[in-house]
Amino acid sequence: MKDAAPVALPPAPARLSEGIAEVLAAHEGQEGALLPILHDLQAEFGYVPPESYDAIAEALRLSRAEVAGVVGFYHDFRAAPAARHVIKLCRAEACQAMNGAATQARLEHALGMKLGETKGNVALEAVYCLGLCACAPAAMVGDRLVGRLDDTAIAAIAEEVRA
Amino acid sequence: MKVFVPIDAAARACGADLVAAAVVSAAGLRGVEVELIRTGTRGMVWLEPLVEVETEAGRMAFGPMTPADVPALFDAPESHPKALGLTEEIPFLKRQTRLTFARCGVIDPLDLAAYEATGGMAGLRKASVTKPEEVVDQIAASGLRGRGGAGFPTGIKWRTVLHAKAPQKYIVCNADEGDSGSFADRMLMEGDPFTLIEGMAIAGIATGATKGFVYIRSEYPDAIRVMREAVVIATRAGMIGASVLGSAHAFDLEIRVGAGAYVCGEETSLLNSLEGKRGVVRAKPPLPALHGFMGRPTVVNNVLSLAAVPWIMAHGAQAYHDIGVGRSRGTIPLQIAGNVKFGGLFETGFGITLGEIVMEIGGGTASGRPVKAVQVGGPLGAYHPVSDFGLAFCYEEFAGQGGLIGHAGLVVHDEAADMLGLARFAMEFCAVESCGKCTPCRIGAVRGVETLDRLRAGDTAALPLIEDLCETMKLGSLCALGGFTPYPVLSAIRNFPEEFMPQQEAAE
Repeated sequence: MKDAAPVALPPAPARLSEGIAEVLAAHEGQEGALLPILHDLQAEFGYVPPESYDAIAEALRLSRAEVAGVVGFYHDFRAAPAARHVIKLCRAEACQAMNGAATQARLEHALGMKLGETKGNVALEAVYCLGLCACAPAAMVGDRLVGRLDDTAIAAIAEEVRA
Repeated sequence: MKVFVPIDAAARACGADLVAAAVVSAAGLRGVEVELIRTGTRGMVWLEPLVEVETEAGRMAFGPMTPADVPALFDAPESHPKALGLTEEIPFLKRQTRLTFARCGVIDPLDLAAYEATGGMAGLRKASVTKPEEVVDQIAASGLRGRGGAGFPTGIKWRTVLHAKAPQKYIVCNADEGDSGSFADRMLMEGDPFTLIEGMAIAGIATGATKGFVYIRSEYPDAIRVMREAVVIATRAGMIGASVLGSAHAFDLEIRVGAGAYVCGEETSLLNSLEGKRGVVRAKPPLPALHGFMGRPTVVNNVLSLAAVPWIMAHGAQAYHDIGVGRSRGTIPLQIAGNVKFGGLFETGFGITLGEIVMEIGGGTASGRPVKAVQVGGPLGAYHPVSDFGLAFCYEEFAGQGGLIGHAGLVVHDEAADMLGLARFAMEFCAVESCGKCTPCRIGAVRGVETLDRLRAGDTAALPLIEDLCETMKLGSLCALGGFTPYPVLSAIRNFPEEFMPQQEAAE
């Protein structure tokens, strides 16, 4: 087994404020800029740093609470960096119709964790529809889509995140 | 040698990228010059990855392909075990009336020249020299109705925006396709993005809107990438921008990305989200047509409604209206999914029966066990039993049966389906995704999960409670999330009553 990957350190304060300022500048004058800003921050840092709320609020003439309220509303925005490997398993109806519950159990077994858990480098999350409903059950590993999720595919995912 | 391999997300999820790489390497080994074209998908998802090879007779299909199947494409295509014959002759494709999806799977999605060569841009060209009022008349006369599910006449919506006075109007495309069983929006955006752009530009000309947004859910990274590139290409080519096709009309387009909230598929919460707010529902009236994005007149249309527009403009309202039944005119891109043998997208005129869709076109279940229930219209649609197979697929007939066609996604379940479990899931999903604005949805969905759990545990007193709760949610919710969650729940109870009577099970 390889050595565990070093834990990602939070960005240095200077880097943080610089990054936030860059993102804000890129969206100056845009109508309804908050979601695009939050997406860019998350792309930059891996999460939306709470340290950014004040600067966003000032730039968009909102209160800090309004910014926090928007961040909190949407499932996508994270307050802390995600695990290195994020596996999203679809739980919606079309995947359920293709033995979704059994697939979930097998994936949980292969990864040694339950849906909704994060263990070490790996997070297993639920997602509601990836639009792969005609090749269900489906999952997303990082940004790679996997359809027809059978035992071979599950084993490959477990192998990939263990590597 | 010209070889086509889809780049659609479903095809990629089934290994299309590996197959494409195998094509390149097999060609290299043999010293064969290959032009590899990545297309959208033809929509026959059970055959993905579907590889096509151009021949004098037409494009020949092979699928579902694995990298190991690729060498034989070069060495012995005639006797290839995955050979399917001419693509256009595959019955699933041949039976369709492909208007909106005519180019999907055929061309490189970002090749604007190929788009024009296959009939693209004709509608916009016509619209750019037509009076706005007349463009609206065409759309109204075609009978086109909102393909997102509500079925509101598109022409009437456009006319409202056309006559509204404001310094700025907007076209907003709802591409927040969150319904399980639905993937038509994704398929179109990935496979033929210029059709959507063209439809939006026509909507802009028709209503006087000079700015458009496509709001795409974040779960569709491929569609986001393709649409962003397509907007750049279309702007550079003068298809949109300061002067649409050299006319006096301006139309700018921006791609926006959702953030994992199902409720943002509802038009008013989508508008709030687009404005940078929490995606909570707004009370209607005022209608978005008058008070939409930033309080200004806004057309909010589904991807499929807007993508139908170029064909209507190019071929005339009557040609579109000639297809369909009753008040459901034109074609509907059905999405056949779940436990089904031949899953995929099937565009056809309204009026085909549910039984034809599931059994003839879909081929019955993938598991080979009998069909038990078909959920039509996404997570808010009803569960239809086999006895509903005679229903004609159109807005009115499904509404009359306590259901809805929604975004025309169908999820087939075989006899292993646990109807109480599915009813519980509907409530659970509503609880997770509720925006929290209105009480029947926010609290009702949570109580719904608890009450169904009581029922599962054998408490029969819970049955009238769940029915009563559904009634409250239906009548008291602000939007379709809380208002329609009762559809799957009540239809499951009505059509499969034995599964909601746990006391019998206990007595056995």
